[in-house]
Amino acid sequence: MASFFSFLRSSILSKVVMAATGIILLLFLIGHMLGNMQMYLGPARMNAYAAMLQGLGGALWIVRAVLFLSVVLHVITSIRLKLSNMAAKPSAYVRKKWVKATLTSRTMFLTGSTIALFVTYHLLHFTFKATHPQYAGLRDTFGRMDVYAMVIAAYREPLISLVYIAAMVLLGFHLNHATLSALQTLGVNHPKYNGFIEKLSITVSLLIVLGFISIPCGVFLEIIKPVQATVAGGM
Amino acid sequence: MRLTLHIWRQKNAREKGRMVTYELDGVSEDMSFLEMLDMLNEKLMRNGEEPVAFDHDCREGICGACSLAVNGIPHGHEPLTTICQLHMRKFRDGDAIYIEPWRARAFPVIKDLVTDRSALDRIIAAGGYISVHTGGVPDANAILIGKEEAERAMDFAACIGCGACVAACKNSSAMLFVAAKIAQFAYLPQGQPERKRRALAMVAKMDEEGFGACSNLYECEAVCPKGISVSAIALMNRDFIRAKLTEVPQKTTAGGG
Ligand code: FES
Repeated sequence: MASFFSFLRSSILSKVVMAATGIILLLFLIGHMLGNMQMYLGPARMNAYAAMLQGLGGALWIVRAVLFLSVVLHVITSIRLKLSNMAAKPSAYVRKKWVKATLTSRTMFLTGSTIALFVTYHLLHFTFKATHPQYAGLRDTFGRMDVYAMVIAAYREPLISLVYIAAMVLLGFHLNHATLSALQTLGVNHPKYNGFIEKLSITVSLLIVLGFISIPCGVFLEIIKPVQATVAGGM
Repeated sequence: MRLTLHIWRQKNAREKGRMVTYELDGVSEDMSFLEMLDMLNEKLMRNGEEPVAFDHDCREGICGACSLAVNGIPHGHEPLTTICQLHMRKFRDGDAIYIEPWRARAFPVIKDLVTDRSALDRIIAAGGYISVHTGGVPDANAILIGKEEAERAMDFAACIGCGACVAACKNSSAMLFVAAKIAQFAYLPQGQPERKRRALAMVAKMDEEGFGACSNLYECEAVCPKGISVSAIALMNRDFIRAKLTEVPQKTTAGGG
Protein backbone atom coordinates (compact mmCIF):
# COMPACT_ATOMS: atom_id res chain seq x y z
CA MET A 1 0.00 0.00 0.00
CA ALA A 2 2.85 2.33 0.87
CA SER A 3 4.37 1.97 -2.59
CA PHE A 4 0.95 2.27 -4.22
CA PHE A 5 0.54 5.75 -2.77
CA SER A 6 4.18 6.73 -3.26
CA PHE A 7 3.17 8.82 -6.31
CA LEU A 8 1.82 11.31 -3.77
CA ARG A 9 5.39 12.34 -3.00
CA SER A 10 5.89 13.73 -6.50
CA SER A 11 4.17 16.90 -7.68
CA ILE A 12 3.95 15.87 -11.34
CA LEU A 13 2.88 12.29 -10.61
CA SER A 14 0.15 13.61 -8.32
CA LYS A 15 -1.04 15.84 -11.13
CA VAL A 16 -0.94 12.95 -13.58
CA VAL A 17 -3.18 10.95 -11.23
CA MET A 18 -5.58 13.92 -10.98
CA ALA A 19 -5.69 14.17 -14.76
CA ALA A 20 -6.08 10.44 -15.45
CA THR A 21 -8.79 9.84 -12.84
CA GLY A 22 -10.45 13.09 -13.90
CA ILE A 23 -10.67 11.90 -17.49
CA ILE A 24 -12.20 8.58 -16.37
CA LEU A 25 -14.80 10.48 -14.35
CA LEU A 26 -15.45 12.82 -17.28
CA LEU A 27 -16.11 9.85 -19.57
CA PHE A 28 -18.49 8.46 -16.96
CA LEU A 29 -20.32 11.80 -16.80
CA ILE A 30 -20.77 11.78 -20.57
CA GLY A 31 -22.25 8.26 -20.38
CA HIS A 32 -24.43 9.16 -17.40
CA MET A 33 -25.76 12.25 -19.14
CA LEU A 34 -26.56 10.36 -22.35
CA GLY A 35 -28.31 7.69 -20.26
CA ASN A 36 -30.41 10.36 -18.57
CA MET A 37 -31.51 11.68 -21.96
CA GLN A 38 -33.71 8.59 -22.27
CA MET A 39 -36.09 10.23 -19.83
CA TYR A 40 -37.31 12.06 -22.93
CA LEU A 41 -38.11 8.75 -24.64
CA GLY A 42 -40.68 7.73 -22.04
CA PRO A 43 -40.92 5.20 -19.21
CA ALA A 44 -40.57 2.06 -21.33
CA ARG A 45 -37.17 3.04 -22.75
CA MET A 46 -35.88 4.54 -19.51
CA ASN A 47 -36.82 1.58 -17.34
CA ALA A 48 -35.55 -0.92 -19.91
CA TYR A 49 -32.24 0.92 -19.98
CA ALA A 50 -32.01 0.89 -16.19
CA ALA A 51 -32.88 -2.81 -16.09
CA MET A 52 -30.26 -3.50 -18.77
CA LEU A 53 -27.60 -1.78 -16.64
CA GLN A 54 -28.66 -3.78 -13.59
CA GLY A 55 -28.50 -6.96 -15.64
CA LEU A 56 -24.89 -6.46 -16.63
CA GLY A 57 -23.80 -8.28 -13.49
CA GLY A 58 -20.03 -8.66 -13.30
CA ALA A 59 -19.31 -5.96 -15.87
CA LEU A 60 -21.34 -3.47 -13.85
CA TRP A 61 -19.26 -4.22 -10.78
CA ILE A 62 -16.04 -3.74 -12.72
CA VAL A 63 -17.24 -0.31 -13.88
CA ARG A 64 -18.32 0.53 -10.35
CA ALA A 65 -14.94 -0.54 -8.98
CA VAL A 66 -13.05 1.58 -11.51
CA LEU A 67 -15.23 4.59 -10.75
CA PHE A 68 -14.91 4.10 -7.01
CA LEU A 69 -11.13 3.82 -7.26
CA SER A 70 -10.98 6.91 -9.50
CA VAL A 71 -13.03 8.95 -7.05
CA VAL A 72 -10.93 7.84 -4.09
CA LEU A 73 -7.64 8.61 -5.87
CA HIS A 74 -8.97 11.93 -7.22
CA VAL A 75 -10.06 13.04 -3.75
CA ILE A 76 -6.99 11.85 -1.83
CA THR A 77 -4.60 13.35 -4.38
CA SER A 78 -6.46 16.65 -4.47
CA ILE A 79 -6.16 16.92 -0.69
CA ARG A 80 -2.44 16.15 -0.86
CA LEU A 81 -1.95 18.79 -3.54
CA LYS A 82 -4.05 21.36 -1.70
CA LEU A 83 -2.08 20.90 1.52
CA SER A 84 1.36 21.08 -0.10
CA ASN A 85 0.35 23.99 -2.31
CA MET A 86 -0.90 25.91 0.70
CA ALA A 87 2.33 25.13 2.54
CA ALA A 88 4.31 26.47 -0.44
CA LYS A 89 2.65 29.88 -0.06
CA PRO A 90 2.61 30.57 3.68
CA SER A 91 2.08 34.34 3.45
CA ALA A 92 -0.33 36.09 1.14
CA TYR A 93 0.23 39.37 -0.68
CA VAL A 94 -1.26 42.43 0.98
CA ARG A 95 -2.42 43.38 -2.52
CA LYS A 96 -2.96 40.70 -5.13
CA LYS A 97 -4.17 41.20 -8.67
CA TRP A 98 -4.81 38.30 -11.06
CA VAL A 99 -3.77 38.97 -14.61
CA LYS A 100 -4.93 35.84 -16.37
CA ALA A 101 -6.12 33.14 -13.93
CA THR A 102 -9.91 32.76 -14.19
CA LEU A 103 -12.20 32.49 -11.18
CA THR A 104 -13.19 28.92 -12.11
CA SER A 105 -9.54 27.85 -12.32
CA ARG A 106 -8.77 29.33 -8.91
CA THR A 107 -11.70 27.63 -7.19
CA MET A 108 -11.20 24.02 -8.30
CA PHE A 109 -10.82 22.68 -4.77
CA LEU A 110 -13.94 24.50 -3.61
CA THR A 111 -16.11 23.38 -6.54
CA GLY A 112 -14.58 19.90 -6.29
CA SER A 113 -15.39 19.48 -2.59
CA THR A 114 -18.94 20.74 -3.11
CA ILE A 115 -19.37 18.22 -5.93
CA ALA A 116 -18.03 15.46 -3.65
CA LEU A 117 -20.68 16.34 -1.06
CA PHE A 118 -23.32 16.42 -3.77
CA VAL A 119 -22.28 13.02 -5.15
CA THR A 120 -22.61 11.54 -1.65
CA TYR A 121 -26.12 12.95 -1.38
CA HIS A 122 -26.93 11.84 -4.93
CA LEU A 123 -25.97 8.23 -4.15
CA LEU A 124 -27.97 8.26 -0.90
CA HIS A 125 -30.90 9.73 -2.80
CA PHE A 126 -31.17 7.63 -5.97
CA THR A 127 -28.82 4.66 -5.59
CA PHE A 128 -29.26 3.66 -1.94
CA LYS A 129 -32.63 5.42 -1.61
CA ALA A 130 -31.72 6.26 1.98
CA THR A 131 -33.32 9.70 1.91
CA HIS A 132 -36.44 8.46 0.12
CA PRO A 133 -37.12 4.80 1.08
CA GLN A 134 -40.48 5.01 -0.74
CA TYR A 135 -38.64 4.91 -4.11
CA ALA A 136 -37.70 1.27 -3.46
CA GLY A 137 -41.32 0.15 -3.96
CA LEU A 138 -41.75 1.82 -7.37
CA ARG A 139 -42.38 -0.81 -10.05
CA ASP A 140 -43.62 -0.43 -13.60
CA THR A 141 -46.11 -2.75 -15.31
CA PHE A 142 -43.33 -5.21 -16.19
CA GLY A 143 -42.31 -5.39 -12.53
CA ARG A 144 -39.09 -3.51 -13.25
CA MET A 145 -37.73 -0.77 -11.02
CA ASP A 146 -39.67 2.33 -12.15
CA VAL A 147 -36.74 4.72 -12.54
CA TYR A 148 -38.86 7.00 -14.71
CA ALA A 149 -41.44 7.56 -11.97
CA MET A 150 -38.71 7.89 -9.35
CA VAL A 151 -36.94 10.70 -11.22
CA ILE A 152 -40.21 12.58 -11.77
CA ALA A 153 -41.17 12.18 -8.11
CA ALA A 154 -37.77 13.50 -7.08
CA TYR A 155 -37.74 16.56 -9.29
CA ARG A 156 -41.30 17.51 -8.39
CA GLU A 157 -39.79 18.56 -5.06
CA PRO A 158 -38.54 22.10 -5.83
CA LEU A 159 -35.81 21.98 -3.20
CA ILE A 160 -34.28 18.82 -4.69
CA SER A 161 -34.43 20.28 -8.19
CA LEU A 162 -32.70 23.45 -7.04
CA VAL A 163 -29.93 21.50 -5.28
CA TYR A 164 -29.37 19.42 -8.40
CA ILE A 165 -29.27 22.42 -10.71
CA ALA A 166 -26.91 24.33 -8.41
CA ALA A 167 -24.60 21.32 -8.16
CA MET A 168 -24.55 20.97 -11.94
CA VAL A 169 -23.62 24.64 -12.38
CA LEU A 170 -20.67 24.10 -10.03
CA LEU A 171 -19.80 20.95 -11.98
CA GLY A 172 -19.74 23.10 -15.10
CA PHE A 173 -17.27 25.51 -13.48
CA HIS A 174 -15.12 22.56 -12.43
CA LEU A 175 -15.16 20.92 -15.87
CA ASN A 176 -14.49 24.23 -17.60
CA HIS A 177 -10.98 24.28 -16.17
CA ALA A 178 -10.57 20.52 -15.66
CA THR A 179 -10.62 19.33 -19.25
CA LEU A 180 -7.95 21.67 -20.55
CA SER A 181 -5.94 21.32 -17.37
CA ALA A 182 -5.90 17.52 -17.56
CA LEU A 183 -4.61 17.56 -21.12
CA GLN A 184 -1.89 20.10 -20.29
CA THR A 185 -0.78 17.95 -17.35
CA LEU A 186 -0.53 14.92 -19.61
CA GLY A 187 1.62 16.96 -21.96
CA VAL A 188 -0.96 17.69 -24.67
CA ASN A 189 -0.21 21.26 -25.71
CA HIS A 190 0.45 22.19 -29.30
CA PRO A 191 -0.18 25.58 -30.90
CA LYS A 192 -1.83 23.86 -33.84
CA TYR A 193 -4.46 22.04 -31.74
CA ASN A 194 -4.84 24.25 -28.67
CA GLY A 195 -7.68 26.28 -30.17
CA PHE A 196 -9.60 23.15 -31.12
CA ILE A 197 -8.98 21.50 -27.74
CA GLU A 198 -10.23 24.62 -25.97
CA LYS A 199 -13.44 24.72 -28.00
CA LEU A 200 -13.96 20.98 -27.57
CA SER A 201 -13.56 21.14 -23.80
CA ILE A 202 -15.96 24.06 -23.44
CA THR A 203 -18.52 22.33 -25.67
CA VAL A 204 -18.26 19.02 -23.82
CA SER A 205 -18.60 20.57 -20.36
CA LEU A 206 -21.49 22.73 -21.52
CA LEU A 207 -23.33 19.78 -23.09
CA ILE A 208 -22.86 17.66 -19.97
CA VAL A 209 -24.17 20.38 -17.68
CA LEU A 210 -27.09 21.41 -19.93
CA GLY A 211 -28.03 17.76 -20.43
CA PHE A 212 -28.20 17.09 -16.70
CA ILE A 213 -30.02 20.35 -15.90
CA SER A 214 -32.58 19.76 -18.64
CA ILE A 215 -34.10 16.82 -16.71
CA PRO A 216 -35.35 18.73 -13.62
CA CYS A 217 -36.34 21.59 -15.94
CA GLY A 218 -38.20 19.16 -18.19
CA VAL A 219 -40.07 17.76 -15.20
CA PHE A 220 -40.92 21.27 -14.01
CA LEU A 221 -42.17 22.31 -17.45
CA GLU A 222 -44.04 18.96 -17.75
CA ILE A 223 -42.20 17.99 -20.91
CA ILE A 224 -41.36 14.89 -18.90
CA LYS A 225 -44.66 13.74 -17.40
CA PRO A 226 -45.82 10.82 -15.24
CA VAL A 227 -47.35 7.86 -17.12
CA GLN A 228 -50.97 8.50 -16.06
CA ALA A 229 -50.79 12.07 -17.30
CA THR A 230 -49.47 10.89 -20.65
CA VAL A 231 -52.32 8.37 -21.00
CA ALA A 232 -54.96 10.86 -19.89
CA GLY A 233 -53.55 13.50 -22.19
CA GLY A 234 -53.42 11.08 -25.11
CA MET A 235 -57.11 10.16 -24.93
CA MET B 1 4.50 63.57 -9.79
CA ARG B 2 3.52 62.81 -6.22
CA LEU B 3 3.12 59.21 -5.03
CA THR B 4 1.97 57.34 -1.93
CA LEU B 5 4.12 54.23 -1.54
CA HIS B 6 3.09 51.29 0.63
CA ILE B 7 6.27 49.26 1.07
CA TRP B 8 6.93 45.96 2.86
CA ARG B 9 9.54 46.55 5.54
CA GLN B 10 11.12 43.59 7.31
CA LYS B 11 14.31 43.83 9.38
CA ASN B 12 15.54 40.29 8.73
CA ALA B 13 14.43 36.73 7.99
CA ARG B 14 13.25 36.07 11.52
CA GLU B 15 11.29 39.19 12.29
CA LYS B 16 7.76 39.80 11.08
CA GLY B 17 7.35 42.39 8.37
CA ARG B 18 4.66 45.02 7.81
CA MET B 19 3.60 47.62 5.27
CA VAL B 20 4.93 51.14 5.82
CA THR B 21 3.56 54.16 3.99
CA TYR B 22 5.84 56.82 2.45
CA GLU B 23 4.96 60.00 0.57
CA LEU B 24 7.29 60.85 -2.30
CA ASP B 25 7.11 64.12 -4.21
CA GLY B 26 8.94 65.34 -7.30
CA VAL B 27 9.12 61.98 -9.09
CA SER B 28 9.90 62.41 -12.79
CA GLU B 29 7.98 60.51 -15.46
CA ASP B 30 11.28 59.58 -17.07
CA MET B 31 12.54 57.74 -14.03
CA SER B 32 12.53 53.97 -13.97
CA PHE B 33 10.68 52.33 -11.11
CA LEU B 34 13.98 51.51 -9.41
CA GLU B 35 15.25 55.08 -9.83
CA MET B 36 12.10 56.19 -8.06
CA LEU B 37 13.03 53.83 -5.19
CA ASP B 38 16.61 55.21 -5.26
CA MET B 39 15.12 58.67 -4.82
CA LEU B 40 13.05 57.45 -1.86
CA ASN B 41 16.14 55.85 -0.31
CA GLU B 42 18.18 59.05 -0.65
CA LYS B 43 15.40 60.91 1.10
CA LEU B 44 15.24 58.26 3.85
CA MET B 45 18.99 58.38 4.38
CA ARG B 46 18.96 62.17 4.56
CA ASN B 47 16.40 61.80 7.34
CA GLY B 48 18.58 59.24 9.11
CA GLU B 49 16.18 56.39 8.33
CA GLU B 50 17.04 52.88 7.11
CA PRO B 51 16.80 52.74 3.27
CA VAL B 52 14.54 50.15 1.62
CA ALA B 53 16.53 47.07 0.54
CA PHE B 54 15.66 45.73 -2.92
CA ASP B 55 17.43 43.51 -5.46
CA HIS B 56 18.78 44.91 -8.71
CA ASP B 57 21.78 44.54 -10.95
CA CYS B 58 21.70 45.17 -14.69
CA ARG B 59 18.67 47.47 -14.70
CA GLU B 60 18.19 46.63 -18.34
CA GLY B 61 15.93 43.60 -18.10
CA ILE B 62 18.44 40.84 -18.69
CA CYS B 63 19.84 39.63 -15.37
CA GLY B 64 16.73 38.64 -13.41
CA ALA B 65 17.83 40.26 -10.16
CA CYS B 66 15.01 42.78 -9.76
CA SER B 67 12.01 41.23 -8.08
CA LEU B 68 9.17 43.39 -6.84
CA ALA B 69 5.47 42.69 -6.71
CA VAL B 70 3.89 46.03 -7.61
CA ASN B 71 0.18 46.50 -6.94
CA GLY B 72 -0.25 42.74 -6.65
CA ILE B 73 1.53 41.78 -9.88
CA PRO B 74 5.14 40.54 -10.06
CA HIS B 75 7.11 43.13 -12.09
CA GLY B 76 4.04 45.39 -12.18
CA HIS B 77 1.21 45.76 -14.63
CA GLU B 78 3.19 46.22 -17.85
CA PRO B 79 3.36 42.93 -19.79
CA LEU B 80 6.75 41.52 -20.88
CA THR B 81 8.63 44.05 -18.77
CA THR B 82 10.87 43.61 -15.73
CA ILE B 83 10.32 46.11 -12.95
CA CYS B 84 13.71 47.74 -13.69
CA GLN B 85 12.43 48.50 -17.20
CA LEU B 86 9.10 49.90 -16.06
CA HIS B 87 8.98 53.66 -16.21
CA MET B 88 7.10 56.04 -13.97
CA ARG B 89 5.18 57.42 -16.95
CA LYS B 90 3.12 54.22 -16.66
CA PHE B 91 1.77 55.59 -13.37
CA ARG B 92 -0.32 58.67 -12.65
CA ASP B 93 0.24 61.58 -10.36
CA GLY B 94 -1.29 60.85 -6.95
CA ASP B 95 -1.20 57.06 -7.39
CA ALA B 96 -0.93 54.75 -4.40
CA ILE B 97 1.56 51.98 -5.14
CA TYR B 98 1.92 48.74 -3.15
CA ILE B 99 5.42 47.24 -3.26
CA GLU B 100 5.99 43.75 -1.83
CA PRO B 101 8.64 41.05 -2.03
CA TRP B 102 8.08 37.75 -3.92
CA ARG B 103 6.03 35.58 -1.60
CA ALA B 104 6.85 31.87 -1.42
CA ARG B 105 8.08 29.47 1.22
CA ALA B 106 11.00 28.63 -1.05
CA PHE B 107 11.93 32.35 -1.30
CA PRO B 108 12.40 33.49 2.31
CA VAL B 109 12.65 37.24 2.80
CA ILE B 110 16.18 38.30 3.76
CA LYS B 111 15.36 41.96 4.27
CA ASP B 112 12.55 44.26 3.12
CA LEU B 113 12.01 43.42 -0.56
CA VAL B 114 15.01 41.09 -0.97
CA THR B 115 14.32 37.37 -1.03
CA ASP B 116 16.66 34.39 -1.12
CA ARG B 117 16.10 32.76 -4.52
CA SER B 118 19.00 30.33 -4.33
CA ALA B 119 16.49 27.44 -4.47
CA LEU B 120 16.36 28.13 -8.22
CA ASP B 121 20.16 27.81 -8.44
CA ARG B 122 20.02 24.48 -6.63
CA ILE B 123 17.46 23.21 -9.16
CA ILE B 124 19.84 24.19 -11.98
CA ALA B 125 22.71 22.48 -10.16
CA ALA B 126 20.60 19.31 -10.01
CA GLY B 127 20.46 18.95 -13.78
CA GLY B 128 20.02 22.21 -15.68
CA TYR B 129 23.22 21.82 -17.68
CA ILE B 130 24.85 19.67 -20.35
CA SER B 131 28.06 17.78 -19.73
CA VAL B 132 30.82 18.57 -22.24
CA HIS B 133 34.51 17.95 -22.44
CA THR B 134 36.66 20.97 -21.80
CA GLY B 135 39.44 21.78 -24.23
CA GLY B 136 39.48 23.32 -27.67
CA VAL B 137 36.55 25.42 -28.82
CA PRO B 138 34.26 23.21 -30.95
CA ASP B 139 33.74 24.08 -34.59
CA ALA B 140 30.75 26.42 -34.96
CA ASN B 141 28.85 24.23 -37.41
CA ALA B 142 30.06 20.81 -36.31
CA ILE B 143 26.55 20.01 -35.07
CA LEU B 144 23.80 21.13 -37.42
CA ILE B 145 20.62 22.44 -35.80
CA GLY B 146 17.50 23.34 -37.75
CA LYS B 147 16.41 26.96 -37.63
CA GLU B 148 13.05 26.15 -36.04
CA GLU B 149 14.59 24.02 -33.31
CA ALA B 150 17.18 26.69 -32.59
CA GLU B 151 14.48 29.37 -32.37
CA ARG B 152 12.34 27.30 -30.05
CA ALA B 153 15.26 26.52 -27.79
CA MET B 154 16.10 30.24 -27.74
CA ASP B 155 12.50 31.12 -26.79
CA PHE B 156 12.85 29.02 -23.64
CA ALA B 157 16.44 30.09 -23.02
CA ALA B 158 15.13 33.66 -22.73
CA CYS B 159 14.22 32.87 -19.10
CA ILE B 160 16.25 35.15 -16.82
CA GLY B 161 15.39 33.16 -13.68
CA CYS B 162 13.83 36.09 -11.83
CA GLY B 163 11.19 33.92 -10.14
CA ALA B 164 8.18 36.04 -11.13
CA CYS B 165 6.40 32.80 -12.13
CA VAL B 166 6.76 31.50 -8.58
CA ALA B 167 5.71 34.86 -7.16
CA ALA B 168 2.54 35.02 -9.27
CA CYS B 169 1.45 31.43 -8.65
CA LYS B 170 -1.13 30.76 -5.97
CA ASN B 171 0.81 27.58 -5.20
CA SER B 172 4.27 29.18 -5.48
CA SER B 173 5.04 26.58 -8.11
CA ALA B 174 8.33 26.83 -9.95
CA MET B 175 7.16 24.71 -12.85
CA LEU B 176 7.43 27.41 -15.52
CA PHE B 177 11.03 28.12 -14.52
CA VAL B 178 12.03 24.45 -14.34
CA ALA B 179 10.18 23.68 -17.57
CA ALA B 180 11.94 26.51 -19.43
CA LYS B 181 15.31 25.21 -18.24
CA ILE B 182 14.38 21.69 -19.39
CA ALA B 183 12.84 22.83 -22.68
CA GLN B 184 15.82 24.96 -23.74
CA PHE B 185 17.86 21.74 -24.01
CA ALA B 186 15.07 19.46 -25.23
CA TYR B 187 15.15 20.94 -28.74
CA LEU B 188 18.91 20.73 -29.12
CA PRO B 189 21.03 17.66 -29.92
CA GLN B 190 23.39 18.56 -27.07
CA GLY B 191 20.50 18.18 -24.63
CA GLN B 192 19.52 14.65 -25.62
CA PRO B 193 21.99 12.36 -23.77
CA GLU B 194 20.99 13.64 -20.33
CA ARG B 195 17.38 14.45 -21.20
CA LYS B 196 15.58 11.90 -19.01
CA ARG B 197 17.98 12.18 -16.12
CA ARG B 198 17.64 15.96 -16.26
CA ALA B 199 13.84 15.89 -16.04
CA LEU B 200 13.86 13.46 -13.11
CA ALA B 201 16.59 15.26 -11.17
CA MET B 202 15.31 18.81 -11.65
CA VAL B 203 11.70 17.94 -10.83
CA ALA B 204 12.78 16.00 -7.74
CA LYS B 205 14.86 18.97 -6.57
CA MET B 206 11.99 21.35 -7.28
CA ASP B 207 9.67 19.25 -5.05
CA GLU B 208 12.33 19.03 -2.35
CA GLU B 209 12.79 22.81 -2.24
CA GLY B 210 9.16 23.27 -1.21
CA PHE B 211 7.62 24.73 -4.36
CA GLY B 212 3.97 23.87 -4.99
CA ALA B 213 2.46 21.98 -7.93
CA CYS B 214 1.07 23.68 -11.01
CA SER B 215 -2.73 24.08 -11.16
CA ASN B 216 -2.58 25.28 -14.78
CA LEU B 217 -3.87 28.78 -14.05
CA TYR B 218 -1.20 30.15 -16.43
CA GLU B 219 -0.72 33.24 -14.27
CA CYS B 220 3.04 32.60 -14.56
CA GLU B 221 2.95 32.96 -18.35
CA ALA B 222 1.03 36.23 -18.00
CA VAL B 223 3.57 37.86 -15.68
CA CYS B 224 6.75 36.40 -17.19
CA PRO B 225 8.86 39.35 -18.41
CA LYS B 226 10.26 37.11 -21.15
CA GLY B 227 6.92 35.63 -22.24
CA ILE B 228 7.91 31.99 -21.63
CA SER B 229 5.00 29.85 -22.82
CA VAL B 230 3.32 27.25 -20.58
CA SER B 231 3.82 24.81 -23.44
CA ALA B 232 7.20 24.33 -21.72
CA ILE B 233 5.35 22.79 -18.76
CA ALA B 234 3.57 20.32 -21.04
CA LEU B 235 6.96 19.39 -22.50
CA MET B 236 8.45 18.96 -19.03
CA ASN B 237 5.51 16.75 -18.03
CA ARG B 238 6.00 14.61 -21.16
CA ASP B 239 9.72 14.26 -20.48
CA PHE B 240 9.14 13.49 -16.82
CA ILE B 241 6.40 10.91 -17.47
CA ARG B 242 8.48 9.23 -20.19
CA ALA B 243 11.52 9.16 -17.92
CA LYS B 244 9.48 7.72 -15.06
CA LEU B 245 7.99 4.98 -17.25
CA THR B 246 11.39 3.89 -18.56
CA GLU B 247 13.29 4.48 -15.35
CA VAL B 248 15.47 1.57 -14.27
CA PRO B 249 14.90 1.20 -10.55
CA GLN B 250 18.23 1.69 -8.86
CA LYS B 251 18.23 -0.75 -5.99
CA THR B 252 21.19 -0.43 -3.71
CA THR B 253 21.99 -3.98 -2.70
CA ALA B 254 24.10 -4.30 0.39
CA GLY B 255 27.54 -5.68 -0.31
CA GLY B 256 27.01 -5.51 -4.05
CA GLY B 257 30.05 -5.12 -6.32
S1 FES C 1 17.83 44.47 -12.68
FE1 FES C 1 18.51 43.00 -14.15
S2 FES C 1 16.59 42.35 -14.95
FE2 FES C 1 15.97 43.96 -13.67
